[in-house]
Parts: sequence; structure tokens; C-alpha cells
Amino acid sequence: MPDLAPPDETLHTPTVRELFVGFLTLGFTSFGGALPLARRAVVEQRRWLSAAEFTDLLGLCQFLPGGNVINLSVALGMRFHGWRGALASIFGFIAGPSLVVVGLGVLYERTQDDPHVRHLFTGLAAAAAGLLISMAAKIVLPLLRDPAGAAIAVLGFIAIAILRTPLLPTMLVLTPLGIAAAALAAKRGTNRGANDGNHGGA
Amino acid sequence: MTATLIALALIFTQLSLLAFGGGNTILPEMQRQVVDVHHWMPAREFSALFALAQAAPGPNMMIVTLIGWHVAGWAGMLVASIAKFGPSSLVTIAVMHAWDRFKDRPWRRIAQKGFVPVTAGLIAASALLIAKASDPNGFAWAITGVCAVLSFRTRIHPLWLLGAGSVAGLVGFGLF
Repeated sequence: MPDLAPPDETLHTPTVRELFVGFLTLGFTSFGGALPLARRAVVEQRRWLSAAEFTDLLGLCQFLPGGNVINLSVALGMRFHGWRGALASIFGFIAGPSLVVVGLGVLYERTQDDPHVRHLFTGLAAAAAGLLISMAAKIVLPLLRDPAGAAIAVLGFIAIAILRTPLLPTMLVLTPLGIAAAALAAKRGTNRGANDGNHGGA
Repeated sequence: MTATLIALALIFTQLSLLAFGGGNTILPEMQRQVVDVHHWMPAREFSALFALAQAAPGPNMMIVTLIGWHVAGWAGMLVASIAKFGPSSLVTIAVMHAWDRFKDRPWRRIAQKGFVPVTAGLIAASALLIAKASDPNGFAWAITGVCAVLSFRTRIHPLWLLGAGSVAGLVGFGLF
């Protein structure tokens, strides 16, 4: 397939101000997950990165702890303008949504005694829980083909949801198990010479 | 007050560094700390704040900002935000220069794959805990179930589902 991405010379290096304004806009306009919009803004509209560069940087952001787009804002800012760029990007990204969410919080606290408002918020919370269940299903279902992975997921679920074990010790036990299982699977794949090339991570 | 701010800083710094696989993996621990350990709010209210944050634009961890503000006003909001977004950002900055050297190494892929089942278990736990605290009755469970199925089966935008859930709540709970 031919590479349809524009050549590098059409890319634009943002100023600190452009980083701030770009992420401020993204923060105010991205509902229900900022990643698709971030990709469109950074690659297609503002041309700060090529599609390949974006995918590479996103890989880093998904590998590390923290929100993908938060990490992306920091990495982009740092790459173009060092610490000033990183601060401008992340602050721009978080500032708008922080004010919006506190505004909603004030509204909630002022009105929660009204039965209509309480019903509305109960419906909202129920819907938000539904979205979370759907997201969980999308991540859990592929594990059905991977018994070791499924077992680790079930252990984690029991520890956190039922036993209410603290997160740090749970992760200190389960993460090495997960990595050992992945290493074993990789080794078996190499031995059989049947590496399917599927290294996908969610 | 100072003790509360220090507690917020410690909780969210730890969560920041443990949030492999995105923010939803740390919701159960956040709920445990905020509801069970520090008694800052009941579980029902934690779920309400989570829902509010989902209805707001921007990154999906705005619940952190909201908890900080709810617990300790503007100072709490600042402390919680910096503690949640700062440490993981510093890790990103520290690692990004080395990324080109190790991104294609086999161990990097194995490590990333190894996190997937852990993430899956944690997000499933999040879903159960949030749903349990959000749904006081059968009608609320019905809203949750319908939204879950629609979100799983279709590409409908989440904001529509949140809006429809709110309207269903407003109309439905008045009737039943």
C-alpha cells in the first residue's frame, strides 16, 4: 500500500503558544475519550507530527502509566520546546476540563436535594456505569483465547472487586505473573516458528 | 486541612504511577481510599462524581480534580491534579529519549503484553464496583444494562448514551 502521508516538509513546528492553544481547544472539545480527536488535530489539522510519528509517540504513551493523551501532550510539548512546551501543553489540556468539571460539581451540590435533579444524576451515573461495563467487556473478551491471561485477570478481579485488596501489592504480585505468561507464550511461539506477529496491546 | 492535602497528594501520586493501561484501572483503589479509608464521601457519591467527570470534556480522569475540589476546595483541586498528572508526566519525559532504543526490543513487547490481563481484571473490577454503587434499584440497573449493550454493539457516541441515561432517569424514576 502506498504511503499517503504527506512528506516531512509540510509538517509545522508549533510555538509554545500554539501548543497551549491547541491542547486547550482539544480539552474543551473532546467528549468521551480524547484520543481520536487528538490524532485528527495533531496529524491532520495542525500537522505537528506525521501519522507514523504520532503512532510511535502514542506507543510510548500507552506503555507508560497515566492517561494516553495526557502523556502525549507532555511528550509533544517536551519534544518541541522542552519544559516550557511540556507545561504549556499539559496545562492547556487540563485547564478547561477542570473548570467545566468543577462547574458541574457546584451545580450537583447546589441542586442534589431536588428530587428531579437527583433522578437525573442517578440516570447519568447508571449510564456511565454501563459505558464502563462495555469497556471492560471489550478488554476481557479477547482473553478468553488465552487461559493464562484469563486466570490472571480473574485473580485481579477477585482481589480488587471482592477482597478489596490494595492496588500496589495486587499489582506487585500479578504483573510479574502476567509478564511471565507473556514471555512463555512468546518463547513457545518462537520455538514453533509460528509467530503470528500479533503484538497488539489495548 | 494540611493533613487532608497531604493525604490527597500521597494517594494520587501513588495512583499516578500505578495507572498502567489508563485511568480506569485505578478507580477501585481510588474508591477504596476516598470512601473506605478516608471516609471523605459515601460510595454512591463517588459514583456520582465519576459520572459527572464522564460527562465533562477532556481527559477521562477529571474525577481526580473533582474529588480534590470536593474534599478540600481549590487547594485540594490543585494538589490532587498535580499529584495525579505530575508523576506520570515526569516518567514520560524521563523515558521518551530512551524510547527509540528499546521500543523494538522483545522484552518491551512482552512487558506490554504482560500488563494486558492485569489491566483487564482491574477494569472489570472498576465496572462492577461503580455499577454497584451507581444503581440503587432495578430501573437504574436497566439503564446500565442498555447503555452497556449499546456501547458494546454499536459505535454510538458515549455522550448520547449519558444524555439518554439522564433523561431516562429524570422521567423513569418519577414514574416508578
